[in-house]
Amino acid sequence: MEKKTPLYDLHLALGGRMVPFAGFLLPVQYETGVIAEHKAVREASGLFDVSHMGELRISGKDALKNINMLLTNDFSDLDIGRVRYSPMCNASGGIVDDLIVYKFAQDDYLLVVNAANKDKDAAWVRSHLQGDAKMDDLSDSLAQLALQGPKSREILSRVADAEMFPTKYYSFAQDIPVAGVSCLLSRTGYTGELGYELYCAPRQAAELAEALLHAGRGLGLIPCGLGARDTLRLEAGMPLYGHEMSDEITPLEAGLANFVRMDKEEFIGKAALAEKGEPGIIRVGLRILDRGIARENSDVFADGIKIGQTTSGTLAPYINKAVAMALIGRDFSAPGTPVVIDVRGRKLPAEVVPLPFYQRPKGT
Amino acid sequence: MKVPNDLLYYKSHEWVKMEGDTALVGITDYAQNELGDLVYINLPNVGDELSRDDAFADVESVKAVSDVLSPLAGRVSEVNEELIDAPELINKNAYTAWIIRLKDLGDMDELMSAQEYEEFLKKEA
Repeated sequence: MEKKTPLYDLHLALGGRMVPFAGFLLPVQYETGVIAEHKAVREASGLFDVSHMGELRISGKDALKNINMLLTNDFSDLDIGRVRYSPMCNASGGIVDDLIVYKFAQDDYLLVVNAANKDKDAAWVRSHLQGDAKMDDLSDSLAQLALQGPKSREILSRVADAEMFPTKYYSFAQDIPVAGVSCLLSRTGYTGELGYELYCAPRQAAELAEALLHAGRGLGLIPCGLGARDTLRLEAGMPLYGHEMSDEITPLEAGLANFVRMDKEEFIGKAALAEKGEPGIIRVGLRILDRGIARENSDVFADGIKIGQTTSGTLAPYINKAVAMALIGRDFSAPGTPVVIDVRGRKLPAEVVPLPFYQRPKGT
Repeated sequence: MKVPNDLLYYKSHEWVKMEGDTALVGITDYAQNELGDLVYINLPNVGDELSRDDAFADVESVKAVSDVLSPLAGRVSEVNEELIDAPELINKNAYTAWIIRLKDLGDMDELMSAQEYEEFLKKEA
């Protein structure tokens, strides 16, 4: 039985096509369709219900010590009011989940995790906590909306005081009234655009969403579903757990070396990653050169030899190109390398291209 | 959901329009709506022999790929090449955007009338 987010009725009223996802009923798209929703986020703004995301709070005198042990990134120098991304590894170096961490105070942090992994993460974190630290699962007491796209700031400033907005990427502000609803407002997102994520009490989420949609009238804001969320992150070259990451795939293989601080004294998975050394496979971007679309789990060949598999693929709606991400042998990972993808028996020519496939214009 | 009266329908959501001793085949409005924005179509070759339920084309939306099944046996005598560059024509009007023309037709025992197809859709829902 899937859970409903606090916006369920609003989704229905807006014509959302509801599908089960990670234990929740969420709109995969609205009447407008995935392509229009995707383009709205690139050119104007889109509003997403991401209330399914999990939120785990870690607090206590030893909170920082625990976070540094649990996560591969280094949080020692993270300032209060800032957000930082990190993989969380198991002892073999595989990825338990990838998440973002909000720092409220020296002894108080919030981990925002993938919905599908939330219970696994909670059990993992709880079983590894040491010293004076505790974990609380706040997932049911927080709703989350994502307002994404170049017009997001303008829309938000119609219902909130722009002076109070977090200005830096990956920073946040608490207790910001947005259309009268108290929010944690963060400059984060999963679309490759300027955008904000808003956390509020579930009972006020629908009111907040309606106020934002109203404020966005005339500025091109439309509600967007999971379909566009996926095509947007893929076009922006962002990995997704269950595709580019898994309990078996290491963050070095997933191309997340920047978020793995091997110079840190200790973290779970460090020894295994050090022992494995330079990974044999690596995440790359592929552009399909012929007509056709590659999806996930298609074999990738170079010189007739299988070198890996695609992990995600779609027609990227904004750049209007068929692209995929794949985990392939490092020897073949240089941009320009020609490869062939076997798509249900069809051999599609493709080439390795740099990630991301799309980057938003500077200064937006 | 539109279900024109002058067409015949198949359980996997294709429509058939009889024209003389040939038949045009496409996917129904219900099918295009379920699939969402179509971005790619893979067409068969003229001359391909089809049995009922053969997958003769695949249509891809941004999110998914689906086979299109032949509602009856026959030989492909024409393909709608306009769809190659504009698969979205199917989203715009599923009943004018035919995919293939079949000749040497087999039996039509499994086809439904518009009324029967509407009943069928209600049961599926």
